Amino acid sequence: MSAILSTATAPWDVERVRRDFPILDQQVHGYPLAYLDNAATTQKPRVVLDTLEHYYRHDNANVHRGVHLLAERATGDFEAARESVRRFINARSTREIVFVRGTTEAINLVASSFGQGLREGDEVILTAMEHHANIVPWQLLRERTGIVLRVLPITPAGELDLDALPGLFSTRTRLLAVTHASNALGTINPITDIVSVAREHEVPVLLDGAQAVPHLRVDVQALDCDFYAFSGHKLFGPTGIGVLYGRESMLEAMPPYQGGGEMIRTVSFEKTTFAGLPHRFEAGTPDIAGAIGLGRAIEYLEGLDWEAAMAHEARLLDHATQSLEEVPGLRIIGQARDKVALVSFVMDDVHPHDMGTILDHRGLAVRAGHHCAMPVMTYFRVPATSRASMAFYNTFEEIDRLADALRYARELLA
Amino acid sequence: MNEMSDLYQELILDHKRHPRNFREMPDATRAVDGHNPLCGDQLRLFVKVSDRRVEDVSFVGVGCAISMASASMLTEAVKGKTVEEAERLFADMHDLLTSAHPRTDPAALGNLGVLAGVHEYPMRVKCATLSWHTLDTALNTEEDSVTTE
Repeated sequence: MSAILSTATAPWDVERVRRDFPILDQQVHGYPLAYLDNAATTQKPRVVLDTLEHYYRHDNANVHRGVHLLAERATGDFEAARESVRRFINARSTREIVFVRGTTEAINLVASSFGQGLREGDEVILTAMEHHANIVPWQLLRERTGIVLRVLPITPAGELDLDALPGLFSTRTRLLAVTHASNALGTINPITDIVSVAREHEVPVLLDGAQAVPHLRVDVQALDCDFYAFSGHKLFGPTGIGVLYGRESMLEAMPPYQGGGEMIRTVSFEKTTFAGLPHRFEAGTPDIAGAIGLGRAIEYLEGLDWEAAMAHEARLLDHATQSLEEVPGLRIIGQARDKVALVSFVMDDVHPHDMGTILDHRGLAVRAGHHCAMPVMTYFRVPATSRASMAFYNTFEEIDRLADALRYARELLA
Repeated sequence: MNEMSDLYQELILDHKRHPRNFREMPDATRAVDGHNPLCGDQLRLFVKVSDRRVEDVSFVGVGCAISMASASMLTEAVKGKTVEEAERLFADMHDLLTSAHPRTDPAALGNLGVLAGVHEYPMRVKCATLSWHTLDTALNTEEDSVTTE
């Protein structure tokens, strides 16, 4: 998708957009901040910051209880945020939108609740590209129930080896859980192809959308997935809030995840009946401000010229790829045809942690490490990589500064 | 960029490029694995102790410039020292790198003093202390591995 848009020439006023993000206007070690760690978390537009403050100053109350005015406003705004999320990913109903803490909790919810229906010997298919958040919950389920995990390999380009996919299915396959876009490599996976193979075997599909929602138009109906998980803080919203989309028929069949207030209809010591969707999966007081902030972030994104923003990101990715390839001793890890705007790389004789420190001293914020994707690092035989991940507020000048600093790092350390 | 060269001083870069005593030691009395899970740095430290004296010390591993240089300089510093002297050095290095107000004078530590610059980089302190914790584990415990967590 980004590759297709890379030839587009939609105008994009990046300086105007940058003014929406107050945090970007600061100096780091004497240089203007170049924030290139957007795959870790994105910055928040002023409207989101204002929304959070406004909520706590004027509307703070618990939701779905109390008949006073503040409770009414808080509940109304909270549920309006759910509707914004529904619209944003084109779910059929808000009954399919469960608020959670983030992608990690969303996947844990599915592993825990959907997982209760799995028996010893049942199989779950994962891929070698997954973030630990889409590996460890399934390993915990394996310890509890004895399920079998099967892993789709990746190729040297950093793409999924789709030829191997059909062979991983068996009569015991119960779920395919795969990332929409890789946080360590940037690869956008061909979800339509993957889902159609799963459909042939009547196996439901969970998509980890943490890295996809900030960069792609996500339509859960078009993707035809059963679960879609993402985090608010990677989508220009607050930390502590995330979303699990679940196909209604799937969620209806699943037992509750956590017990407590909010998720019940009636409670007695003999028998408790549970609330309907989606509240059955939202025990306890939710992150009300976070949800409202996420809703506001989505409205902000809807107010942008999304095609122009994505075209800008595609040009940033092209520019970064070309500029970094020219740096001596540098090797880009992950050369998929279709990528979100991030570049993972290693440099001969310069360890990613030294790289992170040196870049930081030039005001460049990048991530250095294993990116919570240790199997990916193992596959590429590197202990860690440096990763520059972009958003629509990044500039070509920031990429040029990165390339300069990389040359400096090599001069200094190699 | 003066500050960067404060951290990456020539002596540190020399040890990073040409680590000393970078070898396995088949007749070591202790071999301990040190691991920094945050960044994946991994080293194995070998010591040969007899009569409470560190007769030989070596290491192998992979890591950033700071962790490699620190380990390399450690081997030069503790070789030939008594166990007690090596432990005092560990305590001094720990103080120098991690205390809010170190009482240790970097100048009194010889070559090791160049690592004092790491103090200004809180995210990197564990890179420098990894080999020292591994040494401490080798000399004071029966454990075969240690992490910086």
